[in-house]
Amino acid sequence: MTEKPINNRAWLFTLPVLAFVLFSSIIPMMTVVNYSVQDTMGANHFFWNGAGWFRDLLNPSTEIGARFNDALFRTLAFSLTALLVEVPLGIAMALCIPRKGWVVGVSLVVMALPMLIPWNVVGTIWQIFTRADIGLFGAALTGLGINYNVTQNAVSAWITIVIIDVWHWTPLVILLSYAGLRAIPDAFYQAARIDGASRWAVFLNIELPKLQKVLVIAVLLRFMQTFMIYTEPVVVTGGGPGSATTFLSIDLVKIALGQVDLGNAAAMSLVYYLITLTVCWIFYTIMAQIERRRDA
Amino acid sequence: MRQGLAPRLVLLVYLLLLMLPIYWLVNMSLRTNSEIMSGLVLWPHHPTLAKYRAIFNDPSWVHAFGVSLTYVAINTVISVAVALPAAYAFNRYRFIGDKHLFFWLLTNLMAPAAVFAMPFFQLYYAVGLFDTVWAVALAHCLFNVPLAVWILEGFVGGVPREIDETAAIDGYSFPRFFIRIFLPLIANGVGVTAFFCFMFSWVEELLATTLTSSNALPFAAVMTRSYSASGMDWALLASAGVLTMIPGAVVIWFVRNHIAKGFALGRV
Amino acid sequence: MARIKLDGIAHAYLSHPRSDEDYALKPLHHVWEQGMAYALLGPSGCGKTTLLNIISGLVTPSEGRLFFDETDVTHLPTEQRNIAQVFQFPVIYDTMTVAQNLAFPLKNRKLPKPIIARRVAEIAAMLDLTRDLNRRARGLTADAKQKISLGRGLVRADVSAVLFDEPLTVIDPALKWELRSKLKAVHRALDLLMIYVTHDQIEALTFADKVVVMNEGRAVQIGTPEDLFERPEHTFVGYFIGSPGMNLMSAKVSGSRALVDGSELQLGSAYPSLATGGRVQVGVRPDYTSLTAGAGLPVQVRRIADLGRKRLAYVTLGSHQIVATVPPDMASVADQANVTFDPAHTHVYVDDIRVAGVAA
Repeated sequence: MTEKPINNRAWLFTLPVLAFVLFSSIIPMMTVVNYSVQDTMGANHFFWNGAGWFRDLLNPSTEIGARFNDALFRTLAFSLTALLVEVPLGIAMALCIPRKGWVVGVSLVVMALPMLIPWNVVGTIWQIFTRADIGLFGAALTGLGINYNVTQNAVSAWITIVIIDVWHWTPLVILLSYAGLRAIPDAFYQAARIDGASRWAVFLNIELPKLQKVLVIAVLLRFMQTFMIYTEPVVVTGGGPGSATTFLSIDLVKIALGQVDLGNAAAMSLVYYLITLTVCWIFYTIMAQIERRRDA
Repeated sequence: MRQGLAPRLVLLVYLLLLMLPIYWLVNMSLRTNSEIMSGLVLWPHHPTLAKYRAIFNDPSWVHAFGVSLTYVAINTVISVAVALPAAYAFNRYRFIGDKHLFFWLLTNLMAPAAVFAMPFFQLYYAVGLFDTVWAVALAHCLFNVPLAVWILEGFVGGVPREIDETAAIDGYSFPRFFIRIFLPLIANGVGVTAFFCFMFSWVEELLATTLTSSNALPFAAVMTRSYSASGMDWALLASAGVLTMIPGAVVIWFVRNHIAKGFALGRV
Repeated sequence: MARIKLDGIAHAYLSHPRSDEDYALKPLHHVWEQGMAYALLGPSGCGKTTLLNIISGLVTPSEGRLFFDETDVTHLPTEQRNIAQVFQFPVIYDTMTVAQNLAFPLKNRKLPKPIIARRVAEIAAMLDLTRDLNRRARGLTADAKQKISLGRGLVRADVSAVLFDEPLTVIDPALKWELRSKLKAVHRALDLLMIYVTHDQIEALTFADKVVVMNEGRAVQIGTPEDLFERPEHTFVGYFIGSPGMNLMSAKVSGSRALVDGSELQLGSAYPSLATGGRVQVGVRPDYTSLTAGAGLPVQVRRIADLGRKRLAYVTLGSHQIVATVPPDMASVADQANVTFDPAHTHVYVDDIRVAGVAA
């Protein structure tokens, strides 16, 4: 591929985007940074607090530190669990979709539907579905004798949120994987048949390697989305029982909008944001690596 | 061809399970509250559109639906329009800081809305846009603009650079080239991008409710008010929920042929 | 070892073909002899890849039967046919080394390790891949990867035929020649039946013992490269083979003379009874069409192309635009000149099919 010409005038093209990014993220973040290093005695009177908020936040022995720590680990555990279910399930389902025919169109359309439902409605759907009195899922489980109660039983709540996320977002993994699979030329499958390869060998040696890049994107997107999940748990469990399903976003919003604890909220926001930045950077590097190896 | 019966069955079961909660919601929406509370049935025995009628006849519901559609539409138009030149630049040229800018856009895509809820609240209040559709439309640009740039850049890459060069040789000015020649070539990509912008703006709820209070309440906020004296109005809630799925279903139907291609995004 | 017989093989991609047009491959009868190298030559869409895929089993023909030696393999799946196929672009297993790639087909057939190692070493030596055996296949050049693809086919001792589907498409021109020579060497060493699909006549004519020229789903002529050049049975073959292709002029033929736009030329044989009502054409290759200063049919010279080792004259004869060779001793060419046709290499075609004449 010919080298791209260097043209610094191209910045002009990106000016509109830059303007929006400035407005949408830089200016707001400055506000946050501002609050995170100041304290207030009320009545709009601020004084410098340096790294005070951060120290409290990152120290598990303080109240805020403990709360942040818990929420962070809760969220990471949730992300990991969701990923462990969604990625294999997504790939498996993508393998089940045929390469052409009417089944493809129907499957993709049906699968896209959960992703187009407003997140609060997703919450509502499952709020109803998991109730023992009016929901099929809740009634079925309770009928089988399982102690299932989303609002009172922490395990039920956790498993339910995972199931909701799997229901809601596995289609994204499926669609990405399917696109990746479709990009594999027929000749590879044909050659594998001639070589006498088993279905499993085809998966390991042809499909999985060719899906690398897609899977990295899928894992990145899903990790990020689970890491900042907010609406669905709020609607279904309210963050409970207790704080069993109070993930980072939920906690942050409680602190920021609920109380007048701007300093804590701001510090928490920044740390939260930095974590996402770091993860993003790691994935970006991995993707670049894969690209470089592929072009070699 | 290479598929046996088993994968088809598995797929079918998965699709059925996927539709089950949605079906349940539709089921709820076609019944009355007293009927719902009296017992669990698998399909409505006396289906009624009463709750749907209630929603259509209630101006606050209708207004809210319009509000939601409006800010989504505004956001989609802005995101795509702003992203197009940037996507072109990222794909066709190298410039100082291009890799860094691209990465930074990507991080905005991943930014937790919760982090921005409070700052946005203050910002939009300060510029007087609080409680308008514009606040939500602009706020959603936080993630939709980077997404649009990302997707469009892939599609721009699918057009050979020779076309640009030929147009330049043929004497086209850049704006004319872009609008008359280039845009039709990536029409597909623009459609896919618009679809994704629509999707992510339509479904987002935290920012939409934080930045509005009475005039520009989105549908989601009105839904949370579905309490009555006798407890949760499940049937009403369910009907409202079903209505929110319709724009999504309509949009998928229109882009159904491009979904797989769109997800490829030129990046697989 | 196998000879492959096509018995009325035809293929239509639609499930209910109605007319000739719906057939990608019209009914074909042919025997491919073992140990020979064949080329399937034709323009895009002529059906050559379809035919290749029918032989390898990736496509089941809608009509006809396919025999390997005496066994009917028409419905036998690819894995059981003992053929090898090399595709247009290299198909290798990215995650494996070269040695593992070559060993893959044998591993799948559960052969013992020592035998696998021996076969891999043999084939690698034959294809000059020994040096790279322990390198990741992914990092090699395109021609090395194609050799690996070929090697995976050859490594099975019981392979009876090797099929090539335009394998040099992605190879650098500089390396094409090397790879072609390697293919020929492998052919001689292993005495396998090889069928090579291409749209490039140079590849076909240099590689094959016999060439099958195809057009629009039909095998138009099957013969040695010399046959195709000297005696094209179909005007398509005359046009497709040779660069530039054969000169074709509509003519009236009587006895052993032909009338082209008022000018008369001598034919090599006599054609006493040509079917009337058909379209009669006379065909002569530019190699046998000479520009002269004096004798011959008058032509208008449009331009001269100097190819280095020879010069071609693009001329107009009456209403026909033809190509003639400029004799080396003709220093300059005027606008008006004459052409002579070598009667021994002048052919007569009726409705595109060559008609054999009788001795004049």
